[in-house]
Amino acid sequence: MTDHENETDEKLESRRDFLYLTTGTVAAVGGALALWPFINSMNPSADVLALSSTEVDLSPVEVGQSITVMWRGKPVFIRRRTEDEIKLASETPNDLPDPQKDSDRVVNPEWLVVVGVCTHLGCVPLGQGSTEPRGDWNGWFCPCHGSHYDISGRIRKGPAPDNLMVPEYKFLDESTIKIG
Amino acid sequence: MSAHKNHSESSGGGLVKWIDSRLPVFTYLQKEYGEFPAPRNFNYWWNFGAILTFMLVLMIFTGIFLAMQYTPHVDMAFDSVERIMRDVNYGWLLRYLHANGGTFFFIAVYIHIFRGLYYGSYKNPRELLWMFGVVILLLMMATAFMGYVLPWGQMSFWGATVITNLFSAIPLVGDAIVTWLWGGFSVDNPTLNRFFSLHFLLPFVLLGVVVLHVIALHVTGSNNPLGIDPKGPQDTIPFHPYYTAKDAFGLALWITAFVAVVFFAPNFFGEPENYIKANPMQTPAEIVPEWYFLPYYAILRSIDFNLWFIDAKLGGVIAMFGSILVLFVVPWLDSSKVRSARFRPLYKWFFWILLLDCLLLGFVGGHPPNEHVFDGIDWLEFIDLGHVGTAWYFFHFLVLLPLLGKVEKTRPLPTSITESVLNGGDAPSGRLTKSVEGA
Repeated sequence: MTDHENETDEKLESRRDFLYLTTGTVAAVGGALALWPFINSMNPSADVLALSSTEVDLSPVEVGQSITVMWRGKPVFIRRRTEDEIKLASETPNDLPDPQKDSDRVVNPEWLVVVGVCTHLGCVPLGQGSTEPRGDWNGWFCPCHGSHYDISGRIRKGPAPDNLMVPEYKFLDESTIKIG
Repeated sequence: MSAHKNHSESSGGGLVKWIDSRLPVFTYLQKEYGEFPAPRNFNYWWNFGAILTFMLVLMIFTGIFLAMQYTPHVDMAFDSVERIMRDVNYGWLLRYLHANGGTFFFIAVYIHIFRGLYYGSYKNPRELLWMFGVVILLLMMATAFMGYVLPWGQMSFWGATVITNLFSAIPLVGDAIVTWLWGGFSVDNPTLNRFFSLHFLLPFVLLGVVVLHVIALHVTGSNNPLGIDPKGPQDTIPFHPYYTAKDAFGLALWITAFVAVVFFAPNFFGEPENYIKANPMQTPAEIVPEWYFLPYYAILRSIDFNLWFIDAKLGGVIAMFGSILVLFVVPWLDSSKVRSARFRPLYKWFFWILLLDCLLLGFVGGHPPNEHVFDGIDWLEFIDLGHVGTAWYFFHFLVLLPLLGKVEKTRPLPTSITESVLNGGDAPSGRLTKSVEGA
């Protein structure tokens, strides 16, 4: 009799354990899934995404000039490089912190298009204005924490880990590009 | 309830009794704030719990009224703050109380933390109490950071940009996290909106954690300058009227200093750059956080080298967050059984060195890394001081604290609080040990 009772109890117990476990799991997974819409609501919304490309007319830019355009709320540096600058940029030293060839960073070597946001902590580097400091490599210089970029937007010195980002862009014609 | 009449039940009129027998709030207040037995030897460093409570209430109160006038939109936020300053009745007072309230809140919390470090208030059995305190510090920092973004000045914008970009240092998912935090591709209107929402929410979360902090305190009881446990009723006095009076006196002095700043130097702790509207196309010459974040900023910037697979950027972020997270484990890092630094001749000195180290880091955080510390001395830049200060900070917690308990010869503890108080000194040997913290 007692043996039989114990057996039923054990059976009941393992059955109950199983029910607790499955109920708990379903509730936990369901709860986690229900959180997703809330988390995802904080990601860029459709209207923000819709504004994510910009067309730029390059015809007024002379050789050796830079312009800054706004793309996704960030400045984009567009520089029409001189022959000397192109030659300088085409050299690829071995000791680059983020090794990359200049040819991998441009569509047309005359035009350098980079996001003007320091890859360290997001400041806007100086060097666009004719009177601004351009750093030890004559490109751009970030005043926040002292990162120096060369004329290909590659990091040379300072805390920034990566080269200035090259946005996705294409030439629509000779003198118009579409960024994004 | 009324069947168990005891001395902790509140006296009072019929209405009080009627309420109390249904919801014993009066009994609770009498027990926890009336006769609550507190060590009889608190000094004024024990005032800061009350001061912090006052500051939190003040911040929530002024904040609610400011929120009635503020507009969380990138095109209107800056102007709405100027409108508060110029057009809203007493708007200037609300804003200056709130802005300087942040400063005084942090002064008080740092004193409170260093009080705990000096007197070993984090040790058994108050570990959890201390850890809730660290959570409070983290919540305060998050709240202060988001609040500083709301006026949408240049420092607001660029501070937000730099701090949110810290998360991009996380491998693999960093950039996705930053985009998620921003709700876009840069700090912009969605970011401002969510920061306003969270800046409103977090103080109430903070209040909840403060309640846990206080409940935990009332379970273990307060530590005291001697760091020894009360041995009986002769070692304690009722919280009211003794410490309510002492807290009220200290609070009055504190409020005097606070309103003096609010009325006579309201922009002393502010940054002129933040009276320029945010401009995403132009970074200010130098981005400086509010003074209370400067030591962490110095630690962040002092990791300017790669370590194994960790690059400088991630290393800086780890060190910065680590400098606060290390506080969570202080109760277990400190191997000494003696709580109060009064009886720890070595630790006492290292405590003051740590305090100086934190001040040094704050000083470093306020200057560009490659600026010379002294004109004419080329070999000493702020980054060098940052290296030393950061190294010492972690050395103190990770090496000194575990080691000191093993090698330090502590002074003899008094047999009881009462004996020490009546001797007019701290230890049985009496006057030899006139306390440092009185200075």
